[in-house]
Amino acid sequence: MLERVNATGLTPSFRPLRIYWERLRRGDEIAHVLTLIFASTVIGVTALLVYQLWIQSALSRQKFGWAFFATRVWDPVGGQFGALPFLYGTVVTSAIALLLAVPLGLGTAIFLSEFSAKRISDALAFLVDLLAAVPSVIYGLLGIFVLAPLLRVWVEPVLRSQFGFLPFFRGPAYGVGFLAAGLTLAIMVVPFIVSVSREVLISVPREQREAALALGATRWETISRAVVPFAKTGILGSVFLALARALGETMAVTMVIGNDPKISASLFAPGYSIAAVIANEFTEATGSLYLSALIELGLVLFLLTFVLNGLARLLVLATAQRGGLLE
Amino acid sequence: MNGASIVQKHQNLEPVHLGQKDIPLVELPIGTIKPQFKISNLKVSYGAKEVLHGVDLDVFANVVTALIGPSGCGKSTFLRSLNRMTEVVRGTQVEGEILLDNENVFRMDVVKLRRRVGMVFQRPNPFPKSIFDNVAYGLRINGHHDSLSEAVEHSLRRAALWDEVKGQLHKSAYALSGGQQQRLCIARALAVNPEVLLLDEPCSALDPITTAKIEELLFQLKSSCTIVIVTHNMQQAARASDFTAFLLDGQLVEYQSTRKLFTTPSDPRTEAYITGRFG
Ligand SMILES: Nc1ncnc2c1ncn2[C@@H]1O[C@H](COP(=O)(O)OP(=O)(O)OP(=O)(O)O)[C@@H](O)[C@H]1O
Ligand SMILES: [Mg+2]
Repeated sequence: MLERVNATGLTPSFRPLRIYWERLRRGDEIAHVLTLIFASTVIGVTALLVYQLWIQSALSRQKFGWAFFATRVWDPVGGQFGALPFLYGTVVTSAIALLLAVPLGLGTAIFLSEFSAKRISDALAFLVDLLAAVPSVIYGLLGIFVLAPLLRVWVEPVLRSQFGFLPFFRGPAYGVGFLAAGLTLAIMVVPFIVSVSREVLISVPREQREAALALGATRWETISRAVVPFAKTGILGSVFLALARALGETMAVTMVIGNDPKISASLFAPGYSIAAVIANEFTEATGSLYLSALIELGLVLFLLTFVLNGLARLLVLATAQRGGLLE
Repeated sequence: MNGASIVQKHQNLEPVHLGQKDIPLVELPIGTIKPQFKISNLKVSYGAKEVLHGVDLDVFANVVTALIGPSGCGKSTFLRSLNRMTEVVRGTQVEGEILLDNENVFRMDVVKLRRRVGMVFQRPNPFPKSIFDNVAYGLRINGHHDSLSEAVEHSLRRAALWDEVKGQLHKSAYALSGGQQQRLCIARALAVNPEVLLLDEPCSALDPITTAKIEELLFQLKSSCTIVIVTHNMQQAARASDFTAFLLDGQLVEYQSTRKLFTTPSDPRTEAYITGRFG
């Protein structure tokens, strides 16, 4: 500040305005104001969204209170609404998706960045980015016409006969259901994990790899104990991205989850998710309580995404602390 | 300079003074110094570009050998061939022979080779882990899990870092200063007890005091391992090394006892370089 004032050589009384003008001319201030406006827009839109969800769901919130979260019944005719089956469906399908997609995606990313030839890696990365851009309805079709029959005829009977002692793998094989939705979601989010993790792994500095190799680490030790730990935060970022997508995915899930507001331990059984029920029932929601309940579901989804992301971030902080990354 | 005259130079080596500054000099006849590395006709190319054009040189055990030469002459490349780190860079070809204790390094298991020949890089490259985990890294991948703390302390002491970090070993290595990080990297390399330690300009980012500490360290280390150090600092080479090799454009110009090379260099190019007239 001082230097700049001295440089302009102005009398003291004119300083602030002239400095401001000077900065404006240099583009500093314009850039500052413009980016500030953009940033506030983002915050503003988010606030507006929450506000709208909040007031439009007033009716439902007043009628059901906290019980909304614990009620299993969804009965538009009888005017009884509870979020539990949808919460359950959303969480279970996202969990299945991540459980399948994280090892698959991370493994692929490690192969592409560490083992495959650069040409193959680049070509596959391009393909993966394409997959990430495929509209979800296409994945829904894949789910309905390929995955669901496959699950019904092959996978679910085999799982039942081998792992039937677990409550998840009991009951009749419907094809459509939690497992089908989770699997479809897994296929949808794998490209995100692969694409981001590959980039992060590739950008691990060569010095880090060389440090491990020079200590006599094998290639795998270098990858698992130097490269991946270095890239940990970025890889977790890709998992959050995948989680966010899985939680909010609407179209593909609606097509394969069975759309039945039930809570079943069996993954073969049909269920419902928050996003799916909003999309399906919004147009036919007669009565203000019904509509209000759907909007409250939207609020719940928003909060769920918020809370899960927050938890994930806390997890990262905790592991970073243990790894000595932070003081 | 061709191979024959370099061999001749080796034979001409005067009795070596293993010592420095005011520490009493120990006179050793040439016969008692045994070569650890025997390098003959080493050629290295990156793709189509050959950067070392046939280097012959013996690195002697338990002494400090300095590599000097202008930027880009191939010092790092030479150093990296000794523990086969050249292979990490795609498209690198290495020709010639490198014997470590009469064993061809290219026929050795590369992992075992690198455990015997440690390396410290030009820029400090600690892992984003705690100080303790950094030093223990090499031990852990070697399957040592007992008495890690003693080993870590011992290595940190050898690297002259212990007094500065004791009691905060759980802190991130990134919280250390550049000089401390470099000594941490030395401790990390020392923890696995290498027979040879390769240092690529370890002091280029360090202040004079830390540099002096590291030079002191080299002096203490050479009783237990062989040291090869690349440096751009003539004073450092003169102070801290017993032998000096001068590389120019991928060729070995002169290889002498440090004292002789810096007082009576036999090649005019060496003289020009050490007096700062080119490079
Ligand atoms: N990965 C690489 N690919 C292609 N050429 C390389 C590579 N690494 C080094 N070179 C070339 O090889 C030559 C020798 O490089 P080297 O790093 O061995 O030099 P140096 O003597 O260590 O130099 P400096 O003192 O600047 O570190 C240089 O001309 C450099 O451009
Ligand atoms: Mg170099």
